[in-house]
Amino acid sequence: MTSLSFAGVSVAYEKATAVHPFTDTVRPGEWLCLIGPNGAGKSSLLRSVAGLVKYSGQILIDGTPLDLRSTRRRASLVAHVPQAPSIPDDMTAFEYVLLGRNPYVTYFGRETASDRDLVRNVLDRLDVAEFADRRLGTLSGGERQRIVIARALAQEAPILLLDEPTSALDIGHQQQALELVDRLRREHGLTVLSAMHDLTLAGLYSDRLALLHQGHCVSSGPAEHVLRAETLSEFYGVSVSVHRDPDGTVVVVPRRTMPLA
Amino acid sequence: MTTFAPASAATTGRRSWWIVFATVLLALAFLFGAMIGPAGPAWWRVPLELLDRLPFVRVDSGASELQSTVLWQIRMPRVVLAGIVGAMLSLAGASFQGVFRNPLVDPYLLGVAAGAGLGATVVIVVNRATTQSWPVDPLPLAAFVGGLVAVLLTYLVGAAFGASRASATLVLAGVAVTSLATAIQTFMLQKNSEVVRQVYSWILGRLSTATWDDVRLVAPYVIVSGGVLLAHRRLLDVLRIGEDEAQSLGAPVDRIRLTVVVAATLGTSAVVSVSGLIGFVGIMVPHLIRFLAGASYRRLLPLSVLLGAAFLILADVPGRILSDPAETPIGVVTAFIGAPFFIVVLRSRQGVTR
Repeated sequence: MTSLSFAGVSVAYEKATAVHPFTDTVRPGEWLCLIGPNGAGKSSLLRSVAGLVKYSGQILIDGTPLDLRSTRRRASLVAHVPQAPSIPDDMTAFEYVLLGRNPYVTYFGRETASDRDLVRNVLDRLDVAEFADRRLGTLSGGERQRIVIARALAQEAPILLLDEPTSALDIGHQQQALELVDRLRREHGLTVLSAMHDLTLAGLYSDRLALLHQGHCVSSGPAEHVLRAETLSEFYGVSVSVHRDPDGTVVVVPRRTMPLA
Repeated sequence: MTTFAPASAATTGRRSWWIVFATVLLALAFLFGAMIGPAGPAWWRVPLELLDRLPFVRVDSGASELQSTVLWQIRMPRVVLAGIVGAMLSLAGASFQGVFRNPLVDPYLLGVAAGAGLGATVVIVVNRATTQSWPVDPLPLAAFVGGLVAVLLTYLVGAAFGASRASATLVLAGVAVTSLATAIQTFMLQKNSEVVRQVYSWILGRLSTATWDDVRLVAPYVIVSGGVLLAHRRLLDVLRIGEDEAQSLGAPVDRIRLTVVVAATLGTSAVVSVSGLIGFVGIMVPHLIRFLAGASYRRLLPLSVLLGAAFLILADVPGRILSDPAETPIGVVTAFIGAPFFIVVLRSRQGVTR
């Protein structure tokens, strides 16, 4: 299992700083979920690990700086599921998941038979083998999401980054997708870093939450520590009530600011 | 619930079937192209004549010396050259569509041809008489540089003003760059009217007077460019999911894009220098293949080579007989087929994207 550490990582775009120096360590096999309002820097942080934005500071994987790795080697360590993956309508599910093998294929190379076997295996495990020859354009939102996760899994990377993995799904598929990630994390010993909007689900599935606000990490810890009504109202500007179920689940419920008539 | 065949078996089966079909079609087009035309041997003697040229095969085709010469020195180079040009233009078109993730671009719409024409004009105007005696003829090189500058300009303009290189913006940028290059060319020709004929014969091409020398001239460029492009077919599939995601999968996006653009431009400029302006091939053939055989570049690129060659060989045939004995330029024929095709493609864009 693999650890992911941030040592004073900051991300700056032309006009603004998205992430102020962020320091944290996702322990091997841990699931850390980034929460915070839109524009808090969650995606920027994920994108820095995926090699999609420049950052300063150090990102370390098992203690080795990420920027010392080649692009391909990095892709074999970190799999990124973007918020809105681009899904070519006329690509088959098999072709799409096979793209996940890119880190293991040389520039002019071709996928080997074992790459194809692995993809079939992944499709089997996610119960989407029946879609292998279907075009992505013909799949439903929930089916596509599983295919995208299958692609990330085909990368065989020990670190999985999920950017709003459930934002386009209904409540049933949200649960299905997160259960799937959780199962895979346990089976494969994946280290997971995700960004999520649904605070209850975030608390339910991850081991630890980090609350970002305007690029600063303002609170970090287990759900019952971070998800407090005062904290959330301060940083989200919302009125919520926080309940705790007998089994320890923290439930965040929005409240009307106007009294009910 | 429907059951599906194992993915690899079905996919591979379909792929090889298409390649066989395209190869057969190309062979038929080649034969047909060689049979039709004035002054050669009777059409049914042509296959015999071709057989006779195979090693260890002796067939008496019964064609006269003259007819045989017409076939081998006039018709065959033309058919072969049309095949090379068609293959290169469709391959370059499909490749440009892949790197720009835009099914509407082709070498002409991106301004490559106009840029190459301008480059050639500059060399001719500067003084063809002296440059021709240089150890290396700078004309193809100038065409290549002109084409490359034009496509880079189109890309930069399109990227600067279009959100993430939207289809329409890139095409419009290509139109602007083409107009600019054409305007500069017209201006230069006006100042140097003595070279107008030379420049126009270059632009209109020499397909109708093709010789084996022309084939020898373009072959090296086309082989290099075609080889590089075909070698990128897996990576073009990776690019289909977009720059960011391809990057996160470890694909060196910038390097792929630059290599493919340079190779496609090199090949296009080379064939433009012998064939003149032949539009729509680079957009029509790949589109048809996407529609029939799917959009994977692994299939699209090899099929573009085969079917592009077949298409242009066939498109060259009406030119020889329509206004017999005069010739209809092949660019006119492809435009007649291509313009309505383009309109149909625009209408059904939703169906065929990326």
